[in-house]
Amino acid sequence: MIIQHRKKAFILSGILIIVALLTMGYHMVTNGWNTLGLNLGIDFAGGTVLQLNLGEDFTMEEVQDVLAEFDLEGSSLQRVRARDTQGELVDEGVLIKTVTIAESTRDDLLDAFNEQWPDMDPEDNLIQSVGAAVGNEQKRSSAIALAVALVAMIGYITFRFEFKFAIATIAALIHDLIIVVGLFSLLQMDINATFIAALLTIVGYSINDSIVIIDRIRENIRHKKKSEYPEVVNQSILQNLTRSINTSFTTLMVLAALMVGFYVFVGSLDLVVFVIAMIAGVITGTYSSIFIASPLWLTLKEREFRREAKAKLG
Amino acid sequence: MKKLDVKRTIILLLVCLFMVAATAGILIKAQEDMNRGLDISGGIYILLEAVETGDETLDGDALERAITIIQHRIDDLGVVEPIVQKQGDRRIRVELPGYEDERLARELIGRTAQLSFVGPDDEEILTGEHLVNANVVYDQNMRPEVALEFDSEGSKAFADATGKYLGQIIYIYLDEEIISAPTVQSVIPDGNARITGSGDMDEASYLATMLRSGALPVSLEEQEFRMVGPTLGDRTEEIGVWAAGAGLFAVLLFLVIYYRTVGIIAGVALIFYLGLVLGGLTWLNATLTLPGIAGLILSIGMAVDANVIIFERIKEELGQRQTLLAALEAGFERAFRTILDANVTTIIAAVVLFALATGPVRGFAVTLFIGIICSMFTSLVITRFLLRMGFRSKVINSGSALGVKNS
Repeated sequence: MIIQHRKKAFILSGILIIVALLTMGYHMVTNGWNTLGLNLGIDFAGGTVLQLNLGEDFTMEEVQDVLAEFDLEGSSLQRVRARDTQGELVDEGVLIKTVTIAESTRDDLLDAFNEQWPDMDPEDNLIQSVGAAVGNEQKRSSAIALAVALVAMIGYITFRFEFKFAIATIAALIHDLIIVVGLFSLLQMDINATFIAALLTIVGYSINDSIVIIDRIRENIRHKKKSEYPEVVNQSILQNLTRSINTSFTTLMVLAALMVGFYVFVGSLDLVVFVIAMIAGVITGTYSSIFIASPLWLTLKEREFRREAKAKLG
Repeated sequence: MKKLDVKRTIILLLVCLFMVAATAGILIKAQEDMNRGLDISGGIYILLEAVETGDETLDGDALERAITIIQHRIDDLGVVEPIVQKQGDRRIRVELPGYEDERLARELIGRTAQLSFVGPDDEEILTGEHLVNANVVYDQNMRPEVALEFDSEGSKAFADATGKYLGQIIYIYLDEEIISAPTVQSVIPDGNARITGSGDMDEASYLATMLRSGALPVSLEEQEFRMVGPTLGDRTEEIGVWAAGAGLFAVLLFLVIYYRTVGIIAGVALIFYLGLVLGGLTWLNATLTLPGIAGLILSIGMAVDANVIIFERIKEELGQRQTLLAALEAGFERAFRTILDANVTTIIAAVVLFALATGPVRGFAVTLFIGIICSMFTSLVITRFLLRMGFRSKVINSGSALGVKNS
């Protein structure tokens, strides 16, 4: 059933990937080629750090509201404490990390803060431009680490299964990554360091999902004729369907709870981005493990059979 | 319907209760002891600025070297995910998540001091640049002492000095401050000296750290020193814990509704898994950051997945086998290999990421690695153990205990 419709799945995924790549390409023109078309936040791009001594009690929500007026709600906020003369920890103000903002915007922003907190001491404020926390060096080392990890996984899957399984699994994984990055390129939400972790989680989830199914194929395919392969793949996917659905469903339940918690109660877009990325990854990971990984393996295998048949004829 | 074995059922219940209670204990302890990253719990934030002194000129290279040295010093503090980064032309920003010892942080990071070994007659023997390493070791009586290692030039100078000052005191200065004053007990010809009687483990390692940190190539002035609160408000962790708890409760509820009796067993195993993984992370003194939590969520997903794979396999085998026990064992046998291959592949990725990456990716790799090891242990050992007990006590006595109808 699934195998009969695999061409449709390939076409759907092909369209999704093309749309994702086009979106990324479109935004790369404005955001820069090394952004992958993502809207990089202060962790990657550097930005402005404002340390404001508000002079009286404040809540993070109030600060967030002021920032929202300037479309800076993606900024990261930290409460700053310092030791007073008695050595006690006391609130001193708030540390705001935003993307780089123009001087005029900055003055308007300070005026807005001053309006809400008249006791704010402008003398005690500290405003500076900072470099990226995830610098180019760290980006490069992460990319190299991920590439080596992929090669190592290909090695292990080839050793335990076969090379074509490894190719199909990694293809499904790259498919998932492109779709998630494409989605965030489309949404243009602020991306910070936690996004890297979300992408790595998707890598792990996608690989785990696919391997469980190819393991079933490995078990079922023994002593089977080449003509029976499509049926075996189909059957293996179906035998695993309950597990695929149950596992995805339970993971999504946890993520949904986190999402509601972070969005409604914390109001933090940074963490919401993190959870949305994982939700997208779980959905595309489950889809690709069923409709892409094993069907792709079958397609590769059938091509091999056709080549063998030709070689015999010739 | 076979009759329930009351004695064995009580043992099973006690084992389950013990696991849940142990986890509750570990969770309470972990909540106090677990190190949190600057992004979760705040920590120390230091901004340093290089100042030019008379004989040294400031260039980018000197600042880079200073960053490297500061990084090494922080490694000595045992901070897991520090940030040391150049800010502008002459500033260095340091973030120490979850670190609270102001005194040590300040002394270690900003210190440009010159280390020197001086004889009792105020004659300088050698300076810190000849010191290759300083470590805490134990003597035969398990008392901590500090082992010093000098380079060849330093070894020679130290051999001469220990000959000259045998029985006298050699002072070790950091700038004007004497940090140790050991008596020379024997001539040390090979550059491997030991300072004994430097107090307990903490004091000895403080001394070793001070000796090791050496001098910075530029003078740094502290511009800012702050203890910062967590990112995005103080309630993040609280909300995160509640949300994760609610999510977990939903998962347990689903397992019980879908898999009935064995769902309860899986629930106990999962709760125990949480205890294992958080206990393990606390024990290893790991620092939990947001990326680390991502690694945990993935490993929880894989732990649930492993249990689901096992139960689905047992259900399948139940259709083909004569007895429940045969189906349980066969299901486990088959699921074992699947879970092993899937987990080993992920472990390989975690190890590579840990070895090659820095910063947030590394934090992710640590929790993922520990999470998967615990997840495999839970599903392959604990779940199996509980299922067998369930079978022997007849708590699991038919397919209906797995949520299968008409068995």
